[in-house]
Order: sequence, then structure tokens, then C-alpha cells
Amino acid sequence: MYPIPIIAEALINGLMLGAVYALVAVGLTLIYGVLHIVNFAHGAFLTLSMFGIWLLWEHAGLDPYLSILVLTPVMFGLGYAVQRFIIGPAGHGRDNSILLVTLGISIIIENGLLVVFKSDTRTIATDYGFRVIEIGPLLLSWPRAVGFLVTMATAVVVWLILNRTDAGKAIRAVAKEKLGARLVGIDVNHIYALTFALGSACLAVAAGLLMPVFYVNPQTGGAFVLVAFTIVVLGGMGSVTGALLGGLLIGVVEAASSLFLGDSLGQIGIFLLFILVLLFKPTGLFGARI
Amino acid sequence: MLEVRNVRTGYGETEILRGVNLTVAEGEIVAVLGSNGVGKSTLNMALSGILPLWSGEIEFTGKRIDRLSPAEIVEAGLVQVPEGRKIFPNLTVEENLELGNYRGDRSRRKAMVADVYATFGRLKERRRQYAGTLSGGEQQMLAIGRGMMSGPRLLILDEPSLGLSPLLVEEMFGLIGRLAGEGLTILLVEQNVIQSLEIASRAYILENGEVVVEGAARDLREDSRLRQAYLGL
Ligand SMILES: Nc1ncnc2c1ncn2[C@@H]1O[C@H](COP(=O)(O)OP(=O)(O)O)[C@@H](O)[C@H]1O
Ligand SMILES: [Mg+2]
Repeated sequence: MYPIPIIAEALINGLMLGAVYALVAVGLTLIYGVLHIVNFAHGAFLTLSMFGIWLLWEHAGLDPYLSILVLTPVMFGLGYAVQRFIIGPAGHGRDNSILLVTLGISIIIENGLLVVFKSDTRTIATDYGFRVIEIGPLLLSWPRAVGFLVTMATAVVVWLILNRTDAGKAIRAVAKEKLGARLVGIDVNHIYALTFALGSACLAVAAGLLMPVFYVNPQTGGAFVLVAFTIVVLGGMGSVTGALLGGLLIGVVEAASSLFLGDSLGQIGIFLLFILVLLFKPTGLFGARI
Repeated sequence: MLEVRNVRTGYGETEILRGVNLTVAEGEIVAVLGSNGVGKSTLNMALSGILPLWSGEIEFTGKRIDRLSPAEIVEAGLVQVPEGRKIFPNLTVEENLELGNYRGDRSRRKAMVADVYATFGRLKERRRQYAGTLSGGEQQMLAIGRGMMSGPRLLILDEPSLGLSPLLVEEMFGLIGRLAGEGLTILLVEQNVIQSLEIASRAYILENGEVVVEGAARDLREDSRLRQAYLGL
């Protein structure tokens, strides 16, 4: 058995990393909640964003946290364009076709990245990557604490957009009542693209928060999105709050299972929890939608 | 004000409207009657630009609208309160109203919300409540209020009394009368034949995707043969 401070430290560090998972999941669940599709390109978009952060570091010397400010509008625009001009028209409004189109996009992006960057793994060595904060007997990772705080701030911004802006209200309206929305004059295709844009912008933030503590290669995003998908199901498909809480929970579960079962088995806990939820509460732990 | 000429449309390969002709003059209440499944709501979806026409024309205030988007049709002043209300259950009452004037500016929207609250006191009381928690009658009020938010010139009401208690049905027809009294033109789709014919000036009876009878509401009310043949009265 470990001493209590070690356990507490691991769990808190897990919670903070979970917040960044949550950010990936928020984008995924938002897109599911409004377009009712699972976006298979989400992982590739995350990988793309992480390479974006890496490039800005490597070639412009830009700090990953600052790069978030550059990359967020870029990913927002890219997300908008991909939904509006590729997924929308090519999907013909049929869920199956849309799934295949998002899958196709992810394959194209991944292979494009393989061609350009090979399958090498790249990291960013910031001087704060291993910095710790001492709180009493606890040593907490500084970049993870930043990740946690920025994620919470981003969640507040997403909440404000969805609840306080016209576009956000239209997004929520379309999520639940598409015909009603069209009849008041809301352009549903524009709202779909906007939702995609918002979900993709969350990935740019997540990428900037991850790069100081993680690495990127052309497959990285896929692994994250697998976890993010678990979170989406856990939190209730389409629920933004659920994704946030689910992300935190998953972070803690992963930290606990790495501590007790060893690093390589860290994700076993996640999938065990996933299966349990599917068996006993398939609608997710936290019901409220968008 | 509204002229529908030879409109044909349907879903997939199935033709539902087989050449519908209909007119509504400014200030009128015109009733569209007919049993379930004859194509009344389909006609409304065609009018609102949701369902594209196979052929035919729709003219509104002198301009063709049959190629316009639903948003442009709303902007032109033709607004539909659909069957089943289609309010946004996960938004508050006030947010529902605001979206009814999605394209307007803030000050005009505020004024319109105040107008709707003046007509529907109940909605004001419940402004912060999620629309999904309203009673059926309140939801119908909200749907109509949302429809009024953009200041329409013609309002399509698709079965506004559906699912309401007899008392609320009375109230609903009273409201329709008042809206018309204020100068709004109304196309009223209803199952409630007697009350519709009392409030409307003219009526159309649809059968199998075609207009089979049209005339002054008074005449239809009094023609017992028609009433038996088409209205089951
Ligand atoms: N979205 C749809 N897809 C296919 N068929 C439809 C659809 N909506 C309605 N229909 C069919 O069109 C016909 C007319 O329906 P509708 O216009 O709703 O009738 P009404 O409003 O007069 O009751 C019905 O046979 C109905 O089954
Ligand atoms: Mg109908």
C-alpha cells in the first residue's frame, strides 16, 4: 500500500489530466448532440492541432500556451469549412454516409501527416514541463494544473457561447428541434458547421495544453479520442456537462489504475468502467443534454 | 396576398399534393379542412419552403416565393406555427421567443417580446422556465408567440387546437379571432370543422391531395350534403 500523500498526488494529477481529456470529449459530444453523428475525424483533428502546436514551437519558437491563441481560430475555421463544404454536401444528410465521410477525412489527414512527419514521435521540451507545485505534502504537476485551469476557463466560454449568444441558442435549438429551427429561419447547415467549428476549436486548446506534457505522432489523436468517446458515453451522449464531469472521472480512474496496476495497465480501469456503465446505465452517468 | 397555383409535391416518389390551387386575400381567415393524411401539413411545408415543389407556383405579396429558403420566406412575412408546435424544449420560454426573431436586431426583438407577453400573460410568468416543462396549452401559446415574433403578415396555423381541452380550444379560437381582428391574415388548418367554419371567411376542403370543395365558410356550414360527404358531420 502507498502512503496517502502519494495516492492523493496521483489522483489529483489524474484529475487535472482528465480535464484535458474532457475538452476533447466536449467537442465530440457537442457534435454528436447537434448533428447526431459520431465524428470519426475528431482524433485526426486533434493530431493536426498537436502538430500545429509543435510546428509553431519548432519553427517560430512560440510557447505552446501562446500558440493556443493562434491555433484556435485556425481550427475553428477549418472545422467550419470541413463540415460546410465537405461533410455536409458529401454526406447527403444520411447518417451512414456522414460517418464514412468523417472516417475518410481522418484517414486522409493521418496519412498526410505520415507523409510529412513520418511516424516519428515529437515532443516539446519547455522549461516548465517538469515543474511542480508544492501544496503541503503534495507535489502537483505545474503544466497539468495549467491544463486544468485553462480547461475550466474554456468550458465557461463554451457555456457562455451556448447560453448567451444568438448562435449558441440556435445551436441548442437545432440539437433538439430541427424543423422548428428551420421554420423560424435558422440556417441549419450554417449551425451544423458552427458546431463543428466549436468542437474543433476545443481541440486546438486541448492540443496546446497537452504538448508540454505529452508527445505527438500521426496516431496520437486516435488514442485520445478512444478515451474521449468513452467519456462521451459515460457523460451521456450529447451532454456537455456530462463530458466535463466524465473527463474528470476518467482522469482519476486512469491515475488510480496506473498507480495500483502499473503504468501500462492504466487504461484498463477506463475500459472496465466503460463496460460497467454500458451494462448498468447505458444512458450515461449524467443525463442532462446540451 | 397568397396565391397557390397547381402545386404538386410529395415525399420521395410518392405524390401527395396533386395540383393544389388556393388563394388567401389580405385580412382573411381561410380554413383548410380535410381528414387525416390528405396532405394539409404537406401543403404547409411546401408554403414554408421546407418541401420543394415538383411543379406549380406560390406567390406571396406579389412575389414568387417557391424557390426561396425557409429563412427568406419568414423574412418575407409568411410564418408557420407547425402541427405539434415544434418549440425548443431545452430552451427557456424567453429564448424560444427570441429565436422567433432570429434575424432581427436586439431592440426590435425586445419590443416584440414585450408585445407577445402583453398578449400571453402566462408566458411572461414562465419566461425563465424551460419550454419542455409547459403544459400543452401553454406550449401552443408559446408556438404562436414565437411565430408572432418576426411580425408576420400571414400566419399559418396547423391544427392549433390539437390535444387541447374543450375550454382551451374555445380560448384558442378566441385568440385566432383577436389576431385576425388586429389585421393579421391567417391560414387555418383544422380538424375542428364547426368552429373553423364559424371563424373563417372562406374554406377549402382537401381530399387525396386535391381541393374538392371551396367556398364561403357560411355556405359550407349550411350545405348539409357537403357536410355529410366531406366533413363527416
Ligand atoms: N416526412 C414524410 N415522409 C413521407 N411521407 C409523409 C411524410 N409526412 C407525411 N407523409 C405522408 O403524406 C400524407 C399526407 O400527410 P400530411 O400532409 O401530414 O396530412 P395531414 O396534415 O392532412 O393530416 C400522409 O399519407 C403521410 O403519411
Ligand atoms: Mg397535419
